[in-house]
Amino acid sequence: MIWVDTIIQGILLGGLYALFAAGLSLVFGIMRLVNLAHGDLIVMGTYLILLLVTLLGLPPFLAAAVAMPVMFCLGWALQKFLLNRTLGDDILPPLLVTFGLSIALQNALLETFSADSQRLPTSALTTASVQAGPISLGVMPLLTFASAVLVIIALNQLFYRTELGRAFRATSDDATTASLMGIKPANIFAIATGIALIIVTIAALYLGLRANFDPNIGPARLIYAFEAVIIGGLGSLWGTLLGGIIIGVAQTIGAAVNPEWQILAGHIAFLLVLLVRPRGLFPRAND
Amino acid sequence: MAYSVTTQTPASRIASIAGLILIVALIALPFFAGRGTIQDMFFILTMLVLAQFWNLLAGYGGLVSIGQQAFVGMGAYALFGVVILWGLDPVPSILLAGVAALIIAVPTAFFAFRLNGAYFAIGTWVIAEVVRLLVAQWKTLGGGTGTSLPRSATKDMWFVDLIQDGLGVRSAAARDILAYWLALVLALATIGGIYWLLRTRRGLALAAVRDNMEAAKSVGVDAARMKWIVFLTSAFGTGVAGGLIYMQKARISPDAAFSVTDWTAYVIFIVVIGGIGTIEGPIIGVLVFFALQSLLADFGSWYLMTLGVLAILIMLVAPRGLWGLFSERTGIQLFPIRRTLRGGKLSETKE
Amino acid sequence: MALLQTRDLIAHYGDFQALFGVDIELAENETIAIIGANGAGKTTLMRSIAGVLNNAAEAVMFDGTAIGTRPADEIMAQGVAMVPEGRRLFPSLSVEENLLIGTYGRKTIGHWTLETVYDLFPILRERRNSPGTALSGGQQQMVAIGRGLMSNPRVLLCDEISLGLAPVVIKDIYKAVPAIKAAGASLIVVEQDIAQAMAVADRVYCMMEGRVTLSGTPDSLSRDAIHDAYFGAGH
Repeated sequence: MIWVDTIIQGILLGGLYALFAAGLSLVFGIMRLVNLAHGDLIVMGTYLILLLVTLLGLPPFLAAAVAMPVMFCLGWALQKFLLNRTLGDDILPPLLVTFGLSIALQNALLETFSADSQRLPTSALTTASVQAGPISLGVMPLLTFASAVLVIIALNQLFYRTELGRAFRATSDDATTASLMGIKPANIFAIATGIALIIVTIAALYLGLRANFDPNIGPARLIYAFEAVIIGGLGSLWGTLLGGIIIGVAQTIGAAVNPEWQILAGHIAFLLVLLVRPRGLFPRAND
Repeated sequence: MAYSVTTQTPASRIASIAGLILIVALIALPFFAGRGTIQDMFFILTMLVLAQFWNLLAGYGGLVSIGQQAFVGMGAYALFGVVILWGLDPVPSILLAGVAALIIAVPTAFFAFRLNGAYFAIGTWVIAEVVRLLVAQWKTLGGGTGTSLPRSATKDMWFVDLIQDGLGVRSAAARDILAYWLALVLALATIGGIYWLLRTRRGLALAAVRDNMEAAKSVGVDAARMKWIVFLTSAFGTGVAGGLIYMQKARISPDAAFSVTDWTAYVIFIVVIGGIGTIEGPIIGVLVFFALQSLLADFGSWYLMTLGVLAILIMLVAPRGLWGLFSERTGIQLFPIRRTLRGGKLSETKE
Repeated sequence: MALLQTRDLIAHYGDFQALFGVDIELAENETIAIIGANGAGKTTLMRSIAGVLNNAAEAVMFDGTAIGTRPADEIMAQGVAMVPEGRRLFPSLSVEENLLIGTYGRKTIGHWTLETVYDLFPILRERRNSPGTALSGGQQQMVAIGRGLMSNPRVLLCDEISLGLAPVVIKDIYKAVPAIKAAGASLIVVEQDIAQAMAVADRVYCMMEGRVTLSGTPDSLSRDAIHDAYFGAGH
């Protein structure tokens, strides 16, 4: 029974990793850009929520809702004024610029909020759990997982049911021909990064509610997100959820064997998938 | 008049004379400089070596790695391992550090080469994390808290007595001087070796692969093999540097030896600021980096923030770095790789 | 006054100059054909008009405004749609989505809607949910033309729409031209097939090595003159 419990906790943890990964996957899918500052943006989102909670006295969920439009604008501007300039055939500029951004952001957070670890205020809801037979499930992990599923459903609806989604896919296929349809690729990219940062805000909320955080934990979130995306197959959102679940389950099983092995087990699961399925579990046909 | 093909430029000839004088001065430095200067120079030279190897990977090989700390850390831990467990002398162990890095580079490349472009970058990072976590499990070398080189090993290191007597300095200073000279040898060998590699047919092939993978394939360049050669060479060099750096520090921990900031972020900033894809770039970059560090190190995170922003600006405004700006304006190249056709009459080719 | 006009249009790809001062004119409701061998600069001309390549502002005039420096999306929004060479359907989009994306930048009420495009090419109605790239070459070309029509453009640029298609399919596709003209669009048709161009166009321009070497109405041009303009006088 303890193993069933471990695996279920792992699946729920995978929801958090899928939330980390969904924004990364979205941006990569549309503009082939890997944002190395993604993890630090998540941490920044958490601090923004913390700021709204402490300064305005908002409850965390409401604070996240307020943070979302702010983060959207930030992502939009970041893409429009910085990252769009780095796109092209050469992979060096986007990598080095986002790496520089990652370091700059991390240290800006350190300077502003110090290295002390923080936590969003918990309420009865965040610590509650429900009993499912012999297994006790935390409400917070359940909410995280449900949010991940909802985010992925919403993104799929956006992609396949709206005009903007068509424009996303068309631009991803062929930006030049898309411009002949009246699409401005630079704007499409900016909107995509804005949406990615809305998802980042949701991820940030759960990051801050579930555990302590400090300015230095961004890179590790980037790595988990990256592993989930690669395991799932580039550009496949449901694959990303599965990738997150695989990392989550591997981590909880590793931790159950030996607490020091938690992170290592996740990485090893990733390497094993890479060994067997280099293009991930659900690779996109035209990549 | 006959044709001749040369890579020399007037500037490179002047530079080689000036370079010789500089090398003699650097060798003689311990005879008149204080211990602080020697330690600073050791830092500059070892960072230069790391930067040259990262530049070889990213600037020439197009392989952007964020996992160089795997090789620094592995080299350093291998050195501590053979000294502590087998009782070897630290000096020759530096080469074993390179071999150890080379050994883990093989599976690293095997995994990371399955990922393209940007994903290769994060892939190398994941593997560096895996190596760090595994090494932290190595209890005989202190596990997560790390360990020190035994005093007996550092005191009796090769050449230390010689330097102590010859220069009339204490044992600790003699060890720093030894480390400095080794770093100087390593830096010169690195620059010379990379320059040589880039001027061989292989090196030209490398440039071809970087510029256009498909075209390079069509003229028979084996791109996959070039990637392996570059990756393994740079892993070995980075491992040697890692061994040397920690021989001088004499104290190690997994978090320090596998630090992504110290061994990869700084190195990337050095190369980007100085000029990626040139041998001169990392040299300029490391000097600028050292100057910035001396000025701003007291400001802690402001310093790193400045470096990050500077790297972004340079990438956007002058993607070939400071050396690229200088070289474009003046046409000066100190390590010319491009072949130039001299002599002959071009008019002869006209109909 | 001409609806669309190029004046001394010059275009470069890097160091390579592709167009050397091209002047063409398209009147309202007119169809012109651009003919010429491979590398004559026909596609470059189309890409310059559509805004994929940037030019001097005054080099391309549309409805009295200089549009040479405008980006492709703005030119499309003004009513110049392009059916690009090689069809260039979006592989991630279904046939119907490929048609719908044609209205992204310009939503003008006019003759062309999903229904009227399906009436023009009935086979597309059957295949509406297939991925665009799963269709035969001729059907893909129909999607590409339909996509161009969906925004009810004032000018439709058709770049090599018969390239790589069987003669019977080409005939089918050109059957749509009268309907397109009837709905009020002016056309620029780039063709390598001289007979086809002569049949469909009110006027013909012949290009060679980045210059217009001959122009006129189809019946005013002799076979020899076209041959010279096409291949150069020495041949």
